[in-house]
Amino acid sequence: MACTADGVAAAVRAAAAVVAEHRVELIDLDRAIGDGDHGENLNRGFAAVVAALDSAVPDTPGGVLKLVATTLISKVGGAAGPLYGTAFLRASAKLGAGATLDVPALVDALRAGLEGVQARGKAVGGDATMVDALIPAVSAAEKAAADGGDAVAVLTAAADAADAGAESTVDLVPRKGRASYLGERAVGHLDPGARSSALLLRAFAEAAR
Amino acid sequence: MSVGIVLVSHSAKLAEGLAELAAQMAPDVTIVPAGGLADGSIGTDYDEVVAATQRADHGDGVVLLYDLGSAQMTAELAVESLADPSAAIVADGPLVEGAIAAAVAAQAGQDRKAVAEAAATAGIPEDLAPAEATGDGAELELELRNEVGLHARPAGLLVRTLSAFDADVTVRLGEQEADGHSVLGLMSLGARQGDRILVRARGPQAAAALEKVKELVDGNFGE
Repeated sequence: MACTADGVAAAVRAAAAVVAEHRVELIDLDRAIGDGDHGENLNRGFAAVVAALDSAVPDTPGGVLKLVATTLISKVGGAAGPLYGTAFLRASAKLGAGATLDVPALVDALRAGLEGVQARGKAVGGDATMVDALIPAVSAAEKAAADGGDAVAVLTAAADAADAGAESTVDLVPRKGRASYLGERAVGHLDPGARSSALLLRAFAEAAR
Repeated sequence: MSVGIVLVSHSAKLAEGLAELAAQMAPDVTIVPAGGLADGSIGTDYDEVVAATQRADHGDGVVLLYDLGSAQMTAELAVESLADPSAAIVADGPLVEGAIAAAVAAQAGQDRKAVAEAAATAGIPEDLAPAEATGDGAELELELRNEVGLHARPAGLLVRTLSAFDADVTVRLGEQEADGHSVLGLMSLGARQGDRILVRARGPQAAAALEKVKELVDGNFGE
């Protein structure tokens, strides 16, 4: 079943609620190895996204994602703003003006989002960043889609893989972002960006049910 | 007009202070600080960076410099959002040294690619290799009598002045030699009041360049 702009907007609202719920957790994770603003920044950004959706929901799924992108870029600050902003912007561009979002388009958008994050942040797998959650997530989504899964199955597979990928950052030495200044001392900590990526994908998966 | 410069920092004070410092060496260049968030807290504000970039562009484009990782990403996003993204370049260099080098290059009328290049190479230690044997060039020994020696402002003035001449100029102090076209190189000599510097010039306008240097030194760099 394909998803409309309203469906995508509902998923984004659900993600905003999850970010708000986990604001303190993300702040604590970031305080340990970064500058401690990730939860606050992301929450501010998604609150602004919800406010924008309250005033008008764009006509297409791509339009909704573009609104998310531009709002996050303007409101989040820090690294998360440009990174998530670029992810949603690339995903939006991939969807174009299509009126609905089906499984192939969803998988393409996820892939485009990951590529956007990598292009912007120059991180590769193993750098202990959000990319460590997103790479396995996109691969799992593509596999689930190839196996004939629906949007729920695809997003659930992505969220499961993102959780595992985020957990893997605990054992890694960060090579990008503020945590990289700590080097070995950051080992043993979950990367806040990887955690928030996994949370967002889980929120989308739940919303698709 | 000259290339404009935008300083993207997490801190408003850092960006403003650096703009002030760089402006001392490049009085005619538009240098726009874009630091901190709108509420005064630490962070990079995409909207402000976009606005600063537009404000800095007088037709010859803009070079943006940044402090830490996310400032780079914000700067790159801002450039991509421009109607003509090729009008601006995000320079990958140390913020403070890069800003000074970029400002001086812009003041000398260089294009945005050269200005970005000046910023990017500012952190690389200057080549202090011994001078080549002077065959075709001319040289002149001068005593610095101005109070601060070859400090930032005089060095900037010297580089700006020399940019008008078709001549390769080097300045030597003791065993160290610096490129007369590099503010940071000249400053790194640490030449002070009372020091004697050896200025060498080669090229079609070598003599005129030396004369101009002598004029500056004798005039105490306008101090």
